[in-house]
Amino acid sequence: MNNLDLLTAITVFVLSVLVGIEVISKVPATLHTPLMSGSNSVHGIVVIGAMLIAAESHTWLGYVLAFAAMAFGAMNVVGGYVVTDRMLEMFKAKPPPEKNQSPEKNQSAEKNQKAGV
Amino acid sequence: MDTVSHAVHYIFLAAAACFVMGLHLMNHPRTARRGNTLSAGAMAVAIAATAWLILGENVISTTGWLVLTSGGVLGAALGLWAAREIRMTAMPQLVSLFNAVGGGAAALIAVGDLLQTGHPAALGARVSLPGALDIVIGAVTFSGSLIAAGKLQGVVSGAPVVFPGARLLNVLLPASFVVGTVWLVLAPDSRVALYGLVAVALLFGVTMVLPIGGADMPVVISLLNAFTGSAVAMAGFVLDETALIIAGMLVSASGGILTKLMADAMNRSIANIVIGGFGTGDSTPAATGSGAPAQVRSISADDVAIQLAYASKVIFVPGYGLAAAQAQHELGDLAKVLTDHGIDVSYAVHPVAGRMPGHMNVLLAEANVPYTQLKEMDDVNPEFPQADVALVIGANDVTNPIARRPGNAISGMPILDVDQAKSVIVIKRSMGHGYAGVDNELYTDPKTGMFFADAKKGLSELKAAVGEFVG
Repeated sequence: MNNLDLLTAITVFVLSVLVGIEVISKVPATLHTPLMSGSNSVHGIVVIGAMLIAAESHTWLGYVLAFAAMAFGAMNVVGGYVVTDRMLEMFKAKPPPEKNQSPEKNQSAEKNQKAGV
Repeated sequence: MDTVSHAVHYIFLAAAACFVMGLHLMNHPRTARRGNTLSAGAMAVAIAATAWLILGENVISTTGWLVLTSGGVLGAALGLWAAREIRMTAMPQLVSLFNAVGGGAAALIAVGDLLQTGHPAALGARVSLPGALDIVIGAVTFSGSLIAAGKLQGVVSGAPVVFPGARLLNVLLPASFVVGTVWLVLAPDSRVALYGLVAVALLFGVTMVLPIGGADMPVVISLLNAFTGSAVAMAGFVLDETALIIAGMLVSASGGILTKLMADAMNRSIANIVIGGFGTGDSTPAATGSGAPAQVRSISADDVAIQLAYASKVIFVPGYGLAAAQAQHELGDLAKVLTDHGIDVSYAVHPVAGRMPGHMNVLLAEANVPYTQLKEMDDVNPEFPQADVALVIGANDVTNPIARRPGNAISGMPILDVDQAKSVIVIKRSMGHGYAGVDNELYTDPKTGMFFADAKKGLSELKAAVGEFVG
């Protein structure tokens, strides 16, 4: 059944941790929130697993599980990337030009108010 | 493996490489957005490739397609809506929610896979062991993250909730994980073991997070993020998909590193935080060394404005109180007036400022503060002696000089050297305590002026007053 050898899987597992530690230690504290939200969207890859489970389901219970897994996974992946992008867009080296700054800000403030989350 | 399957797995490998490169580009604010786009693009391609693989195998039923697309569309719509509408101050709740659904999806995959296997004999420990681990970690993350999000949102009490027997329960439940896992490995078709494991893991997620105080949430969210990553990697073992193992472990490493950084920044061990019960909120009366309350010097908005207007270097020290008062925009506006007047302005951001790692930086970036002015603790501390004014807004424990001395609740915690500045101004509503419940010696320092005001109103007043001086 298994086309992936256990040793290979564990090798991938160990090397991934090491690569992760190496890459992530270099991220400055300024970006830790977008980093966490960005890595959050990376684990949205679980949606692929959900798709594979949905493909193999043939029972009522299997369909329910696959539906929930799909919804969870898709929410994770779409929401994660969109919110990370929204955050990173705000990081600017220079403040935006004075002229059209105020109306823009009022607009976003209004939007925030409306959302009320 | 047939040709399609081969091709798809090469695509997965390329996607995994793009995830690593995407995270690598996150090492600078200039390239970070590109990194996220790269990662998102790779994810989209990987999802499309999976759809191709499923089409090629042709085992999926019509109902299966219906379930797949409807679930996907529903989830994507919810995710998109939440991501667009969320306030930046509520970001920790959202990240926690995404942790919950990610962990939940991973656990469901393992449950689904174990249920589908018709011949239990064919299901060796090679699948059942990672399956059991996936269920435990995923389900703990699911319920734990929901409780954490609830605490951050204020739906669940932010104070540590400790009930009789909680500690005992938190020992017994993990012990039952071991029993359940062994049982499931020995009898993979046992439904009792499967559902029992799901139930105790869900329960443990709740009892683990409930006793942890609201201000320890940066650590909890990071830890749950690491858990989700591990759960996804375990799902990768169950399904034989290396892409899930790689992506899961990348996230796990990220969560692990951030957990460690946050714990170090509080000078507490991860175990100490997870065991919980620290800090009851904001009302703990603290025993001070000297009996009589020391004198504090109260100053007016005009006095503060004069100091700011005639300074050449100003360091702002924002804490969570700033975000709680929604005053980051007012602070950004004040900084702009000062910068336009030629004054050097920077922000000293403590690692635990906010409700998740790096949260304060996002809030300030939202208020149009350029990232070049955001300074990390180790970079900014040597600059305090040159600062004419250090303005503390809503930060408390992280500025308290007693952390340098042994024998108190925050001893040894790395702090911002605010007391080294030539003059210190603290904007605060009253003389309340910080999270740790200890008096802040900074407030009674002779060079500290206390400007008693609500952060939002106080900063607007300051901006107006400074505006008059620099006119």
